Amino acid sequence: MKKTVRLEGLGCASCAAKIENAVAKLNGVSAASVNFVTTKMVIEGEDARMDEILTQASAIVKKVEPDVVVRKA
Amino acid sequence: MKRTRNQKRLIKTSIGAAVYALAILTRTEGNLVSFGVFIAAYFIIGGDVLFRAVRNILRGKVFDENFLMSIATIGAFIVGDFAEAVAVMLFYQVGELFQSYALDQSRKSIADLMDIRPDYANVKRGESLERVDPDAVEVGEIIVIKPGERVPLDAVVLSGSSSLDTSVLTGESLPRDVDEGDVLLSGCININGLVTARVTKEYGESTVSKILDLVENASSKKSKSENFITTFAQYYTPVVVIIAVLLALVPPLILPGATFGDWVYRGLIFLVISCPCALVISIPLSFFGGIGGASRRGILVKGSNYLEALAETEIVVFDKTGTLTRGIFRVQQIEPRGISADALLEKAVYAESYSNHPISRSLQNAYAQPIDAARIRDVEEVSGHGVTARVDGKTIVAGNAKLMRRLGIDFIEAPDVIGTVVHVAEDGAYIGHIVIADEVKEDAKRAIRELKEAGIRQIVMLTGDAKRIGERVATELGLDRVYTELLPADKVAKVEELFAEKSPRGKLAFVGDGINDAPVLARADIGIAMGALGSDAAIEAADIVIMTDEPSKIATAIRVSKKTLRIVKQNIVLALLVKGLVLLLGALGIASMWAAIFADVGVAILAILNAIRMLNVKKIK
Repeated sequence: MKKTVRLEGLGCASCAAKIENAVAKLNGVSAASVNFVTTKMVIEGEDARMDEILTQASAIVKKVEPDVVVRKA
Repeated sequence: MKRTRNQKRLIKTSIGAAVYALAILTRTEGNLVSFGVFIAAYFIIGGDVLFRAVRNILRGKVFDENFLMSIATIGAFIVGDFAEAVAVMLFYQVGELFQSYALDQSRKSIADLMDIRPDYANVKRGESLERVDPDAVEVGEIIVIKPGERVPLDAVVLSGSSSLDTSVLTGESLPRDVDEGDVLLSGCININGLVTARVTKEYGESTVSKILDLVENASSKKSKSENFITTFAQYYTPVVVIIAVLLALVPPLILPGATFGDWVYRGLIFLVISCPCALVISIPLSFFGGIGGASRRGILVKGSNYLEALAETEIVVFDKTGTLTRGIFRVQQIEPRGISADALLEKAVYAESYSNHPISRSLQNAYAQPIDAARIRDVEEVSGHGVTARVDGKTIVAGNAKLMRRLGIDFIEAPDVIGTVVHVAEDGAYIGHIVIADEVKEDAKRAIRELKEAGIRQIVMLTGDAKRIGERVATELGLDRVYTELLPADKVAKVEELFAEKSPRGKLAFVGDGINDAPVLARADIGIAMGALGSDAAIEAADIVIMTDEPSKIATAIRVSKKTLRIVKQNIVLALLVKGLVLLLGALGIASMWAAIFADVGVAILAILNAIRMLNVKKIK
């Protein structure tokens, strides 16, 4: 299952890479990519764990870039 | 009115700058009030930076920009440079503001470039016409497209006729006329007539949505330069910070006469430059600009890595049919032996009728009558040779000379003919041949010339056609090499052979029509499918998709790729050079903190501005 979220206020490209790497390492995630230009993050992961994955991903975003707001795309 | 984040920052920074100016004007050494005004200016300008620095440290994130800037400016205060401490913070904020503005602008330009999403669809429901979101329209519903509106979903015209502007999909400015029964592709703009159409694909499957999806996701396939820089950035910051600490502490302890004040200042300069953002920021922007711009020229690039690889292409291999030639075969000659021309054509058409090969289609076009499937049995296709089938109880063999020889049929060669010859035999007896020919595209010659100008070393053509035809086309177009009479399986093998001829860094691109050549498209470094407007299979199989049938677009794509990489390289060199230079001068005590701010934020702004140039792909012919 693919889920897309918007990372509003994403201004730092190296942070985008950090977020991408950290989210990709989460349990149940098969692939993650952050598009710095469109500020979208696409997460591919197990259907059943998607809610949990999204919560963890938001926590990662908050830690790396506290000013970025995660929104539904 | 709600102010944007940038506007708020601008107001705050302006007030801070005014207070700072006051502090400078009323400056008196040793006066506590004067010092207080500097502190006030500092907090107005940089309060949020300090706040974020503390908050991020509590969250366990130490080496971030805010922390580094805070340490650097507080350090400057301690060393006694009040004016400089505030100025550094001010310039950092102004720089950040500019950077944020430039980034927003470039994102907006890219969004505009990709603004081909239809906003609504006029759906006929009952008697009324409803305006709904394209996503809410189902297959089979009737939509109305008025002049000036964008086609919201792929559909087929029921009534009305019009001219369509397809430039967002193909980059072609010439309008395309549509009439009853014609296919409408979403994303095109209806220029003049009112058209009623039946929806054939839901929005998510429609052309416009697929293209947008493809281009937006293209940057998830990262280029080598981007991977290099992100890896570099991971080491860069810690290394620079460690050097900064060593620089501040070691020399004063071991060098006679060195003061902490002087060396701590040099260390602070390192801290300011340690943020890698200037390096990282412009690379995805340049690639996205290149990919977005190419898409407006009718070239879909499915990943930054492919755009990057394109610049390193040394060998371009064309599968002749549908790329250099039109791929529209027409029956040119019918030469019967012992039966009438019509009877020969009929037998050939029936034998070939199950095949979707272009030859079969051209025979059917020439025959122009419905086919009664009940008359055909036991069809057997011999790939690269032809077919055998039972038609009206008789065994018909239709195919090339190889097939005739293989089956031991006594036939007459047609040596003087330019085109593909379909020999036909009935129950083992030869009954004549049909000549079918394909035309070279007008654009093909220009494409080959431009590819050579773009630095392609070898242009090779593969074809299943007879040697004579293939070589004639190759000479006409000025190709370097041609391999003829290939079976589909031979093409992969030939491409494998050609791989050995390129340099280790060089890339091999294969250009096909995307229908029969999926394995070769996959094997090549870069698989390019041509004339893919409306063909999902080709879009699926290739790395780069040319929406029109012009092979010269491949040369355009290579030029876009080279320009993108040039900008990426300029940015990397600029950032590394300026940062390196300021680090060096900073260590020697020559550069000031001002130079450090420039090396950090200034370079990032320059890099973004440089990357924005990529959006101007219209200028790349």
